[in-house]
Amino acid sequence: MNKDDSKANKKVEKRTIDIVHQGLAKRYRAEGRFKFYGLAAIVMSLLCLAILFISIVGNGYKAFRQTYVELEVFFDPAILDHENLSAANYSGLVKSTLRKMFPEVKGRSEKRELYKLVSPGAAFQLRKMVLKDPEIIGRSISVWVPADDDVDMLIKGYFSTDAAENARRLSDKQLAWIEQLREQGKVKKKFNTTFFTAGDSREPELAGIWGAAVGSFFALLVTLLLSFPIGVAAAVYLEEFAPKNRWTDLIEVNINNLAAVPSIVFGLLGLAVFLNFFGFPRSAPLVGGMVLSLMTLPIIIIASRAALQSVPPSIREGALGVGASKMQMVVHHVLPLALPGMLTGTIIGMARALGETAPLLMIGMVAFIVDIPRGFTDPATVLPVQIYLWADSPERAFVERTSAAIMVLLAFLMLMNAAAIVLRKKFEKRW
Amino acid sequence: MVFALLPKKSPNRDGGEVEIEKDLRVEDMEATPSGQDGPVLVSRENRQTVGVGTVENPRMTCRNVDIYYGDNHAIKNVSLDIGRNEVIAMIGPSGCGKSTFLRCLNRMNDTIEGCRITGEITLDGINIYDPKIDVVPLRAQVGMVFQKPNPFPKSIYDNIAYGPKIHGLKGSKSALDEIVETSLKKAGLWNEVKDRLDKPGTGLSGGQQQRLCIARTIAVNPEVILMDEPCSALDPIATAVIEDLIDELREQYTIVIVTHSMQQASRVSQRTAYFHLGDLIEIGPTEVIFTNPRHELTQDYITGRFG
Repeated sequence: MNKDDSKANKKVEKRTIDIVHQGLAKRYRAEGRFKFYGLAAIVMSLLCLAILFISIVGNGYKAFRQTYVELEVFFDPAILDHENLSAANYSGLVKSTLRKMFPEVKGRSEKRELYKLVSPGAAFQLRKMVLKDPEIIGRSISVWVPADDDVDMLIKGYFSTDAAENARRLSDKQLAWIEQLREQGKVKKKFNTTFFTAGDSREPELAGIWGAAVGSFFALLVTLLLSFPIGVAAAVYLEEFAPKNRWTDLIEVNINNLAAVPSIVFGLLGLAVFLNFFGFPRSAPLVGGMVLSLMTLPIIIIASRAALQSVPPSIREGALGVGASKMQMVVHHVLPLALPGMLTGTIIGMARALGETAPLLMIGMVAFIVDIPRGFTDPATVLPVQIYLWADSPERAFVERTSAAIMVLLAFLMLMNAAAIVLRKKFEKRW
Repeated sequence: MVFALLPKKSPNRDGGEVEIEKDLRVEDMEATPSGQDGPVLVSRENRQTVGVGTVENPRMTCRNVDIYYGDNHAIKNVSLDIGRNEVIAMIGPSGCGKSTFLRCLNRMNDTIEGCRITGEITLDGINIYDPKIDVVPLRAQVGMVFQKPNPFPKSIYDNIAYGPKIHGLKGSKSALDEIVETSLKKAGLWNEVKDRLDKPGTGLSGGQQQRLCIARTIAVNPEVILMDEPCSALDPIATAVIEDLIDELREQYTIVIVTHSMQQASRVSQRTAYFHLGDLIEIGPTEVIFTNPRHELTQDYITGRFG
């Protein structure tokens, strides 16, 4: 009986190593599959990112160049009144110049079509020239003025001339004039400085991103000045000094909840409290910054607390052991070590604030603002809102400007992230 | 000489010292072994302290100290004295509460949530748990060296100068330089680091880091130095250097050292206290503890039966 048992056992029983070998292939297969899934996920996300970037850059890169038309302007003393140069009829000057270039053009509607070839901005440009140097009156100067956005689109090849005349933005005559100018070498694409120096405009060729960028800068400055000190102070108190009881638990839960609140809710809060209750100005970067700091505060507090927690307790003990007070321990040892993490969290929060649109719509930063803001209370808009506004505009030329503005916004974000990495590397200490 | 000692724990706290002093006389008495040869050991079940915990003119005294972590009773009714210019070692298996007890001597346990202490610990006759006592000067007086070397992530110079700076001991730069130099010399580190005082302290080797921590502690000129397993992370050579250092420091400071190594305790200390699961089992001169333990638990430990 016993012998049979042991025999049977011997047959059934394998060496452990055999069992291990048996399962080995399956294990490696599972591992290979797992690796493949991970790799596929990464390839997928990189692909999506690449498509996104290619589409944005593909749409937007042409906006950095703008079509200009060369006009031979005679600064006619008859038109330009010496007494009141700033209010003179500069658009009349542009018109007379165009008429001179195309003397065959007669008739009202034809003339109107001709005038549409150059941007209304040409008149402003001439005005600026005259105001800068009144000596040029009476002389003839060749000036490059921005072409109208429709001409710009044609030159950039965005619409075909095959369509019926009434189905396109430029008539047969206008196309002929443009062709004529081209042959004379009077149409050229140049770097679009307007885009980087001007505020918003109804005319795409005159619209720029600078106003929104300055608005963003002011709003983010307010956000940083409010949320970084408050956030760090709150985190230090909660992490280092506060007793651990039900109240601090409650506060912690609420901070975590605030970080998850949709941003438009903060906008409504800003509208109700800052605008309606305190009566702060509408559309102001000051209020925008305050609303954005409400939104970034929980992010900064959470990141700062995590940074404080990651400071090894041995450093705290060492400081206390030589007789440092709690305050000295925090200021001399814990804060410097936690600073890189805090800065990273802050910059991530700021980057989120930079890209935020919804709460700013609520406090009126969505307004059409041409002037470049000069202070915290001037009406302003911000980059993402500018993108939203342009994306909403019907003109074809705003499509590429929208993409270009997105590129500018992304560049700012990358700059901020790079700053976060540099700061972290700089302040990081190893122990 | 036969030892048999069964001191009764004092029922009232104030009588603790008196009671133990009575035991001193008991020590000389002949025990009455019931027909056995050799020394009679106190049985394992008996958790009362064996030996004399008091010394004349003590620096620190602990009377009936109980420590709780929440509901956990970590130290049970411990009474002992720490004499002047002596090295007292605390040994015992892991989790016996020796580190906990050590950290109470300069109130480092204040930082631990839920830690509660009853009883009396005095430094030069002043109760350090008096609400009026400020922990900052206390910790300047009772310095501490930790198990893991924990230099600040600053330069070697700043590591040493930090304590004197925050206490405002020396104002001028030259005086501070002097403190740094003497502290490093006392810690036996000066020759190794004098050319790179501006280099980070974290770049030193483990043994050098620990000596740096000792130098940092003695820079504030404490009277008592608490060492919590200072050599547990070090190799034998670095350990030997630190043990020599402890022996030298004894002339100026009182040192309390917690150690896992019985050899280390026997090498550096004059008195040894053996802890077991929160009880102070036996205390006495080091050579007595290691050659003639009077408690079964002590004997088990030093003969390597456990721990």
